[in-house]
Amino acid sequence: MAETLTSRPTLADADAHQAHAHIEADTNTGISNTKLGMWLFLASECLLFGGLITTYLLYRRPLEGPTPDEIFDIPFTSTSSFVLLMSSLTMVLAVSAIERGEHQRMRVWLGATAVLGATFMAGQIYEFTVFVREGLGFTTSRFSSAFYTLTGFHGIHVTVGIIMLVSLVLLSLRGKIPEHKAETVEIVGLYWHFVDVVWVVIFAVVYLIPT
Amino acid sequence: MALTEDRPLALPSGDSNDGYTPTGVFTRPTAETGPRSWFTTVDHKKIGIMYGTAAIFFFIVGGVEALLIRMQLWSPRGTLLSANLYNQIYTMHGTTMVFLVVMPIGAAFANYLIPLQIGARDVAFPRINAFSFWAFLAGGVFLNSSWFLGGGADGGWFMYAPNSGVIFSPTNGIDFWNLGLLITGIASLTGAVNLIVTVLNMRAPGMTLMRMPIFTWMALVSQFLLLFAIPVLTSAQVLLMLDRLFDANFFNVAKGANPLLWQHLFWIFGHPEVYLMILPAFGLVSEILPTFARKPIFGYPFIVFSGIAIGFMGWGVWAHHMFVSGIGPISVTAFSLTTMFIAVPTGVKILNWTATMWGGKLNFSAPMLFSIGLVTMFTIGGLSGVMHSVAPMDTQQTDTYFIVAHFHYVLFGGAFFGFMGAFYFYWPKAFGYMLNESIGKANFWLMLLGFNLTFAPMHVLGLQGMSRRIYTYDAGYGFEFWNKVATIGAFTLASSIALFIFNIFYSKSKAKTLPPVGPDPWDSRTIEWMTPSPTPVYNFDPIPTVTRVDDFWYRKYGETKDGKLVRIASTAEVAQKRTDGKGIHLPSPSYWPIVLAFGLPIVAYGLIFSLWLALIGGIVVVAALYGWIMEPPDDPDAVHDDHGPEAHASDGGDAAVPDSADAVKEVETVG
Repeated sequence: MAETLTSRPTLADADAHQAHAHIEADTNTGISNTKLGMWLFLASECLLFGGLITTYLLYRRPLEGPTPDEIFDIPFTSTSSFVLLMSSLTMVLAVSAIERGEHQRMRVWLGATAVLGATFMAGQIYEFTVFVREGLGFTTSRFSSAFYTLTGFHGIHVTVGIIMLVSLVLLSLRGKIPEHKAETVEIVGLYWHFVDVVWVVIFAVVYLIPT
Repeated sequence: MALTEDRPLALPSGDSNDGYTPTGVFTRPTAETGPRSWFTTVDHKKIGIMYGTAAIFFFIVGGVEALLIRMQLWSPRGTLLSANLYNQIYTMHGTTMVFLVVMPIGAAFANYLIPLQIGARDVAFPRINAFSFWAFLAGGVFLNSSWFLGGGADGGWFMYAPNSGVIFSPTNGIDFWNLGLLITGIASLTGAVNLIVTVLNMRAPGMTLMRMPIFTWMALVSQFLLLFAIPVLTSAQVLLMLDRLFDANFFNVAKGANPLLWQHLFWIFGHPEVYLMILPAFGLVSEILPTFARKPIFGYPFIVFSGIAIGFMGWGVWAHHMFVSGIGPISVTAFSLTTMFIAVPTGVKILNWTATMWGGKLNFSAPMLFSIGLVTMFTIGGLSGVMHSVAPMDTQQTDTYFIVAHFHYVLFGGAFFGFMGAFYFYWPKAFGYMLNESIGKANFWLMLLGFNLTFAPMHVLGLQGMSRRIYTYDAGYGFEFWNKVATIGAFTLASSIALFIFNIFYSKSKAKTLPPVGPDPWDSRTIEWMTPSPTPVYNFDPIPTVTRVDDFWYRKYGETKDGKLVRIASTAEVAQKRTDGKGIHLPSPSYWPIVLAFGLPIVAYGLIFSLWLALIGGIVVVAALYGWIMEPPDDPDAVHDDHGPEAHASDGGDAAVPDSADAVKEVETVG
């Protein structure tokens, strides 16, 4: 640290004449604040689901009541999983549309994403009612509690996503999502893709691994 | 995520904006001073001060609980508290001190200092910042309201299941604990996202990561720990809540539940939690020691990377809290080893602080004394901590007062001494007046004495076999003497806190007769000392350009060829003048953060007492979210200070075209 006496400008005023002194055009990372914030939030969500998935793995063999092998309807859930995964495709198309400035097309794809998500949710609710009718209540066994909590938590996330999608459509109809705000759609998309990816893990862990 | 209005904030050429009403929402509040402004503020400095104030309030609450514990243990067969009440009081003492005192004081400094240290005007998401504070306060008030609604939680601060189930704790205390900490968890999580984005995205020109002040680094690491630790606690608490309120079977052993599930989830959160509580204090003393040793911090990269190493390794040691729970010899061995290893980066820091002081011109001011207090007291706590990596010894000491002594040495002797030093150090920057030095030194010595009198005897008591969490003890075990010493120490400690609070008001009243404190009363090193004291609302005008670590110091000092320190500029020359802040746009205040935050405890009360109430709370939350989203990015009329029509008229021409793109960029304050 052998700083010799230099003539480098020391006055605070000198800062005012620096090239970037006033307003930085961009963020330091080049990623916008909101997008970085969403990535961080999703990173945190990984551990939330991690805790619940671990719990399920620990408890997936019940001591009483129906077992997973007895009640799961794999073809049905596979179908609804496929519907949810397809909603990621429509979400990508929506982001692509707003980036090209096609508002009407974006609203259509957002609506399609919401409908696909709602279809998945309808499937989950149907599945839950069938399971309850077959004797698997929330309090029946350690498996039932873990199953309903994990999948229900995911369902809440999908529902929140649907609400965000519908809100985006409504905002767009009122002209509040101009092109330079296209990133808002992209950020909702990030959330939506995350919820889909988590479902891939949950579907594999809960439905596909035999007990 | 906010969908903000597409309109420039600064009316470029003084256009009138009559009749502008954001559709369906209130206009944004405008008050910048006065009591009302505190409820709607999004200014990181005001939020930091509110965090600190609330934390000190909860510190007094938790301190009274501690004194009740010590009074109960003054003599054998104490009768002040019943066993039941004692359970509630030590549980709430631990919970309050961890979640409502140490964490929020860390948040207070992080909020106040990070934007100043990196040369930013505010945090990345000012409204989320306000929400974090109000949610923390709402959660803390909710948690403590349990005292008036059937009694506090009584399961110990780590609330082991199934002991925390309805069978063993039929009151609602643990439900309050659960839901209250879920709310403060939301606050911590949003705060973590906000501060990480701020540090990564909003640094001043030239402020590369390896030029950041150490406090900002340590706060960044601890925010990352929060980001990943809080959701694990949240998942555990959701399970416990479902068990207690909705009869789930996560901890119902009769249906095959595994009690270790809670312990694992809690400590996977709990051990990173320990480090995220101590790291901000480490950062603060890393600012204070170089200032008063008048030397640069020894081994800047080592301090930074050891902090990061602590952050990573903190995830691999949790099961050393569970050595007696029967996790098996291989697990015990593995976690013994990792626990030994994590002492290394901590030791690196101790070495660096010592070497920073070595050969320096030490000035034993109050902040310096508290910092040295941290280094010494934390070393004691660290040594008794690494002892627990030896599993047989840990087995002997688990659930004895030795453990209590250990973690008070690291959390009070470590974190809180660092915070006290930082209060004395940063007080003039935040409030514009110095705390009295003589009282400060007395405060330090009294606190050091009281602290050691309270907690050093607990090492002895623990080795003698006195169990923690037992509301009384019998005569004849040799516990009487050291318990009396500890109780006397606790009251000494309380009087040192009283002296600190007295000092605040005393110094404030004396400050009127003293000359105003300059921007840099301690001859400090980092750029937050460039701004006038108290910090103006806009922080910096202009934003400084940073060229090296300790940039401000090297604006004041150079070195001759033979290494002598030479003053090259006076502080007045290099410090910033208080300006009118003209042309600086700051985020406008907002009602929605506080509305949203106080919707959460309504939901929580509803979950305990009536789901209808939860529905009402839910409606408040959803309404607040939509109000938040629909809120315009800024009130066009709420221009800063003297942006009256005249100001626009005078600079209207140049503001219109070239700056407009930048202006739009600047006002898109989202979040």
